[in-house]
Amino acid sequence: MARRFNVGYYCSEGVHSIFTHGFMSFAAVCMIVACLLIMGSFSLVAVNLDNMLGDLEAQNEFLAYIDETYTEEQAQALQPQIEAIPNVAEVTYVSRDQALEDFKAGREGNELLDDLDGSVLRDRYRIHVDDIEQLKQTVDQVAAISGIADTNAAYEIAQGFVTVRNIAAGVAVVLVTILAVVSLFIIANTIKLAFFYRREEIAIMKMCGATNAFIRWPFVVQGMILGLAGAIVAFFLQWGVYELVSKTVIQSDGLSLVTILPFPSLILNILPVFCGAGLLIGVVGSVLAIRKFLQV
Amino acid sequence: MIRFIDVYKEYDNGTKALKGVNMRIDDGEFVFLVGPSGSGKSTIIKLITGEIALTQGKIMVNGYSMSNISPKQVPLMRRTLGIIFQDFRLIEKKTVYENLSFAMRAIGASNRDLKRRIPYVLQLVGLEQKADRYPGQLSGGEQQRVAIARALVNNPNMIIADEPTGNLDPKRSLEIMMLLERINELGTTVLVVTHEKNLVNRFGKRVVAIEDGRIINDETGGYYNGEKI
Ligand SMILES: Nc1ncnc2c1ncn2[C@@H]1O[C@H](COP(=O)(O)OP(=O)(O)O)[C@@H](O)[C@H]1O
Ligand SMILES: [Mg+2]
Repeated sequence: MARRFNVGYYCSEGVHSIFTHGFMSFAAVCMIVACLLIMGSFSLVAVNLDNMLGDLEAQNEFLAYIDETYTEEQAQALQPQIEAIPNVAEVTYVSRDQALEDFKAGREGNELLDDLDGSVLRDRYRIHVDDIEQLKQTVDQVAAISGIADTNAAYEIAQGFVTVRNIAAGVAVVLVTILAVVSLFIIANTIKLAFFYRREEIAIMKMCGATNAFIRWPFVVQGMILGLAGAIVAFFLQWGVYELVSKTVIQSDGLSLVTILPFPSLILNILPVFCGAGLLIGVVGSVLAIRKFLQV
Repeated sequence: MIRFIDVYKEYDNGTKALKGVNMRIDDGEFVFLVGPSGSGKSTIIKLITGEIALTQGKIMVNGYSMSNISPKQVPLMRRTLGIIFQDFRLIEKKTVYENLSFAMRAIGASNRDLKRRIPYVLQLVGLEQKADRYPGQLSGGEQQRVAIARALVNNPNMIIADEPTGNLDPKRSLEIMMLLERINELGTTVLVVTHEKNLVNRFGKRVVAIEDGRIINDETGGYYNGEKI
């Protein structure tokens, strides 16, 4: 007697049950697809924003202009104070003459600039920060040092990216939670329906001495197949949507401000997450559905 | 072996179905459990199969103590029993053969086990010619014989039948009883609930009579007149 774990039996029963309840199975797969697509889309937006933020971070510097009344010695004496600020990575002193040189470089042959001397510009520090998310605080701290007349920083752009990314992540978490619950609910109901449809057979199995595990497995397999099917459909839809959106964005972005990661480079991250999430929803949904039926 | 020691059963709604039942059925016995409707016969069967829990007392079923059996052990206990009901409980959309293979698969039997065992039990109940019929294509008596084959197919130590002839005419009923008697002769313990006095009296077996939740008589070759003894 008795193989303990009859995989072939569980799978054929599970598949059979899916087709017996075609409409509910279809609905369950659709919900999982929707759930994963939304989760995937928001995650991809976040990943791309993070990537662009990374580009921005490579040039995460700002300028701090020094009070015109300060002598060069006084100006240079400010450097240790600036370096003492936590988020500051690197500080470079740029004299007004040097700044003019830099400015003129690449603008040769422009007569208007010939007469200019360094006195029209201010001495300044070029300051690099570690974390662009804290750029604003760092700029404020630098501006508060006496002797710093003004600062120029593109922190609105950085801030904008951070905000958008955080909102995307937040919305994604909320939406995914809601959809995961709805998916679980629909999967659970699909499995309950299948269970109810077979309740007489199950009563007979119990009467014959079938274990709960034996009775449960085909339903868990059914949930797993639905979850996995949803994951795979969602993956390919996601791919299509991603390509479409990135093409549109790149076409309308004349200045090439936006860089978009190619989808194939993300497959190894997306596919396992989709499959894992689909399987999890399927298994949890089916276990929840039949837990209370298996007492007695 | 089955042993009831001072067993009480009160249902959730307060009905006291059993009021101190003592009973012992040894391996190899054939026992009729008789009594009027509502006297507690089915309650005794359900306590044996673990379908309901007892309120007080002690029940032993083939070595399992029903008062503290763990959920994991219940299926193993049930494998020692073959259970038969008045309404057959066959799966209508499966053939006779499939009904039996379903019961064997439920406890993890292999295809080889199926091929060896099913023809044997079908032949024992006299249905080897009807293996491919559906229950709807069989008479009531034949359906009950399929149910008996199913109860036997996992080679239980004991057959328990709750009014197995309740839906059958006298001729078919007699055939079913004779089949159960034959199964008993082959070594399986048999407990049959019935209130068909003619049948009971004809077989001259041990008769346990219950009334209002109490055993009022228990004797071999006992007589049952359908009311009081
Ligand atoms: N599930 C139940 N809930 C409440 N009372 C029940 C239940 N099952 C049976 N009873 C009551 O218990 C008593 C015994 O019933 P039962 O064992 O089915 O009798 P029998 O099989 O001898 O006709 C009856 O009074 C019946 O109404
Ligand atoms: Mg009854």
